[in-house]
Amino acid sequence: MLTILFDGIAYGMLLFILSVGLAVTMGLMNFINLAHGAFAMVGGYITVLLMQKMGVPFLLCLPLAFIGSALLGGVLERTLYRPLYHKPHLDQVLFSIGLTFMAVACADYFIGSSQQIVQLPEWLKGRTEIGEGALMLGMGHYRVFIIVVCAALTVGLQYVLTKTRFGSQLRASVDDQRVAAGMGINVNMIFLGTFAVGSGLAGLGGALGAEVLGLEPTFALKYMTYFLIVVAVGGTSSITGPLLAALLLGIADVAGKYYIPKLGGFIVYSLMILILIWRPQGLFVRKGGK
Amino acid sequence: MGTQKLLQNQGRWKLWEIPLWLLALASPLLLGSHALIINEIAIVALFALSLDLILGFTGIVSLGHAAFFGMGAYSAALFAKLVMPDPLLGLAFGILTATLLGALCSATILRGTDLTRLMVTMGVGLILMELANKLDWLTGGADGLQGVVMGPLLGQFEFDLYGRTSAWYSLTVLLLVFALARRLVNSPFGATLKAIRDNRLRTMAIGIPVNSRLALIYTVAAAVAGTAGALMAQTTGFASLDLFEFHRSADVMLILVVGGVGWLYGGITGAIVFKLMQDALSSITPQYWTFWIGLFLVVLVLVGRDRLIRPWRWFKPGHSGSQS
Repeated sequence: MLTILFDGIAYGMLLFILSVGLAVTMGLMNFINLAHGAFAMVGGYITVLLMQKMGVPFLLCLPLAFIGSALLGGVLERTLYRPLYHKPHLDQVLFSIGLTFMAVACADYFIGSSQQIVQLPEWLKGRTEIGEGALMLGMGHYRVFIIVVCAALTVGLQYVLTKTRFGSQLRASVDDQRVAAGMGINVNMIFLGTFAVGSGLAGLGGALGAEVLGLEPTFALKYMTYFLIVVAVGGTSSITGPLLAALLLGIADVAGKYYIPKLGGFIVYSLMILILIWRPQGLFVRKGGK
Repeated sequence: MGTQKLLQNQGRWKLWEIPLWLLALASPLLLGSHALIINEIAIVALFALSLDLILGFTGIVSLGHAAFFGMGAYSAALFAKLVMPDPLLGLAFGILTATLLGALCSATILRGTDLTRLMVTMGVGLILMELANKLDWLTGGADGLQGVVMGPLLGQFEFDLYGRTSAWYSLTVLLLVFALARRLVNSPFGATLKAIRDNRLRTMAIGIPVNSRLALIYTVAAAVAGTAGALMAQTTGFASLDLFEFHRSADVMLILVVGGVGWLYGGITGAIVFKLMQDALSSITPQYWTFWIGLFLVVLVLVGRDRLIRPWRWFKPGHSGSQS
């Protein structure tokens, strides 16, 4: 019981880090970016390749994965994404699907279609068990590590968004681009920075999750659905919405796959449809919110 | 009176269309060795036509249209296997189940934003894929539904290996559905759909029941997609999980956009271009042709997709991609 809850929370935290960048893109720039999973995949592959080919230690790979995907995200934002901000949603969907298809084919071509394995360092491999019987809590050390890292990131993000100057400027740009620009805020730079950080977080999530989720070229398409569910269910107006949605989804998915393995992803998708029919703007959005 | 005349004029068949359709119907004879691909093009065109009804004429972005395609295919295949092998009855059964599913799902697209609709439509497709995968005693699971044998069409025309009967069968159905769709979008009902696409709030304000119109057209589109799926299963004698997959929904959207959204011939043009392109590309790079499709999509959006069907505007500055 508790073990499932624990695994669900770890999984949910991971989903949150993976999708928070997407929540920002959708909420901030009103851009439906289906290529977000591709950035996560890039992070995962950076980690795997650095570890296998150059023997870089795992902990060092994580920031490198963040930087690598953030740079890629920044470059793409400046060159390709920016002209599309004010295009219809259909254009954005087509564009980002195209980007995803290209990423999948590229990964297949350059690295191969087989699943990649992440060699975790020894100290992350073990498992600790507390308690007995139905209340037994088994914690994989790597799961603990994921929870700690993701929780720290969440707190950090929340701090940056609510307490810093950059956060205020970002929120101003979200609420009204034109007024924000009139007040002397460089909206373009803010958007560029935010998009890069969002992509970087996706890459970091991909690096962390490569061991749990499995890394192969179809990763970008397979988990795209999950990121989108988190964002759609959580709403894009705050950071707590996606967090709660990710935790809910993580626990529901792990529990569903454990107790009723025959149904697989069925539970998650049905849950999403019901929630979205009930509250189309997202579960945790106040009425009249954006 | 004037409006009615206008609608009638729009709906009238133009002179150039008749030889075009005659040519299409004659193509299995003229290009006998390519009957299989003609059949496939006709089916894909029908599928794209169905998406056009909701995307082009109503402005609803759907990423789960494969759900209805797969539903029609699986029910037609199961009907042939378990009940009787008559193609026309199987087609009717496929259309019926897809219509029911469409009516059921139409409740999901009435509320929310583009994002919500994308998610919900995608979710329905994924759920059906999970179901087809898990109900393996009925659908064959991941191996697909094999051993579908069709009886002769109208009791006379056998489905042969060269696919000539299949091609005529699919082309005829395409022509029929096309004529019906054309009648529909040029009716007063179709005019209200376009009004909803262009300005939903205003449409509501002048007293058009937006929700029931949306639900109705979504159901009709589902029925057409089911028709395409049923044809696919009947002419290939096979149905698999691949029918429900995400890339199928994405492909059909691409096909429609290539051909032109909101124009009934758009789906057909797109299907011809796409299938020929797929044929050519996959013979050059069998494994990585999705890369070129992706590149094509990206370039298409950056250039502005409404320019693709109007080549003389390619190098002119000005607005692009304003329709949705």
